[in-house]
Amino acid sequence: MNPTVTTEPQRLAPWLVGLPIAAALWVLSYTHLTELADLAIAGLGLTRTTQFGEAVHFFLYDTPKVLLLLTGIVFLMGVIQTFFAPERTRALLAGRRLGVGNALAASLGIVTPFCSCSAVPLFIGFVSAGVPLGVTFSFLIAAPMVNEVALALLLGLFGWKVALLYLGLGLLVAIVAGLVIGELKMERHLEDWVRAIHLGEATAASGSDQRWPERLHAGLRHVREIVGRVWPYVLVGIGLGALIHGYVPEDFMAAFMGRDVWWAVPTAVVLGVPMYTNAAGIIPIVEALIGKGAALGTTLAFMMSVIALSAPEMLILRKVLKWPLIATFVAVVATGILLVGYVFNFVL
Amino acid sequence: MKHVKILGTGCRNCQTTLSLVEEVARAQGVEIELEKVDQIQDIMQYRLMATPGVVIDEEVVHAGGVPDRKKIERWFAPSA
Repeated sequence: MNPTVTTEPQRLAPWLVGLPIAAALWVLSYTHLTELADLAIAGLGLTRTTQFGEAVHFFLYDTPKVLLLLTGIVFLMGVIQTFFAPERTRALLAGRRLGVGNALAASLGIVTPFCSCSAVPLFIGFVSAGVPLGVTFSFLIAAPMVNEVALALLLGLFGWKVALLYLGLGLLVAIVAGLVIGELKMERHLEDWVRAIHLGEATAASGSDQRWPERLHAGLRHVREIVGRVWPYVLVGIGLGALIHGYVPEDFMAAFMGRDVWWAVPTAVVLGVPMYTNAAGIIPIVEALIGKGAALGTTLAFMMSVIALSAPEMLILRKVLKWPLIATFVAVVATGILLVGYVFNFVL
Repeated sequence: MKHVKILGTGCRNCQTTLSLVEEVARAQGVEIELEKVDQIQDIMQYRLMATPGVVIDEEVVHAGGVPDRKKIERWFAPSA
């Protein structure tokens, strides 16, 4: 409204004060979660010896924990992403050969800002600029699967070992699947109009010359956007998890999601495809199921399938890929996830 | 009058961008002609790699994510 404010630079000073305070508060709350939940339980006149009390305690402990982790990780990610505009990632990947290119693409998939509604423009942007098809797929598989929301929730509910395993295996599936697709030489199964596009330069890279206040501000915006969107799912997920935790009998899940049930992993993968919830809603439920005897591998396979193989996303991709390529994509990724599930169940 | 195009395949961010642009333009009393481009072939002609994108008078001014309100205000600020 006032033309003089148009350039208004972000200042660093408020950040230098605010960020340490926020970090200190964060650490203080995070290290006192049990006490806070105990206090709240006592205040409500409940004890953990009853089923209801146990369920409420679970909810009051897990919710702040997950939301704290989510806010922290999403903020960091928002800042990191300002260094990796899609244009820059593409420049890093253009002309790479299979192998190194796939590993690089999968890793960049984690730090490049990505939303599934941008999958198609990004795909075309990559392929038309000379990024090999297999390398593009490694990026496209890793970007949604290994995302900060999934990692934050796994870290909060399962601990760093499982989070790290998920990260490593997610990358591995993306790299190997991209390699296989690249080796199959399926370029002719791109839609014709996509192959016709050969753009050299896209629009100018945005954000590569930002200064720190802008980057930090971007982190804050990322928190508002992501946490603002997923917190209801987290609450509902943890709420359902709490009910399972308090009321479902021990070993209830062992019969059909235990590690000795060989068909559990494929079933989990197939069930995951039509589902399109985000990680925020599904992980708390999954954690509660594991407490009741479900095997970790089966559960991880289910999660990966829900996130990486979703029916709506395939319909979007259909605009640029012909069916044989989509079918290959699904088959290769599903096989990778199956292997992950079995490896977890039998080796660990 | 400015000709504004919102590029996007219809995700939530695209709709948010559309209504935000409309709102800011009205608040600043700038007359605009708003057009939604949702066919991927048409979107790709602008060579962007992330949606939603905003095109003003055939020039891409934004790509990826909902633009800041301040950024939008700048587009419609009376040129000095």
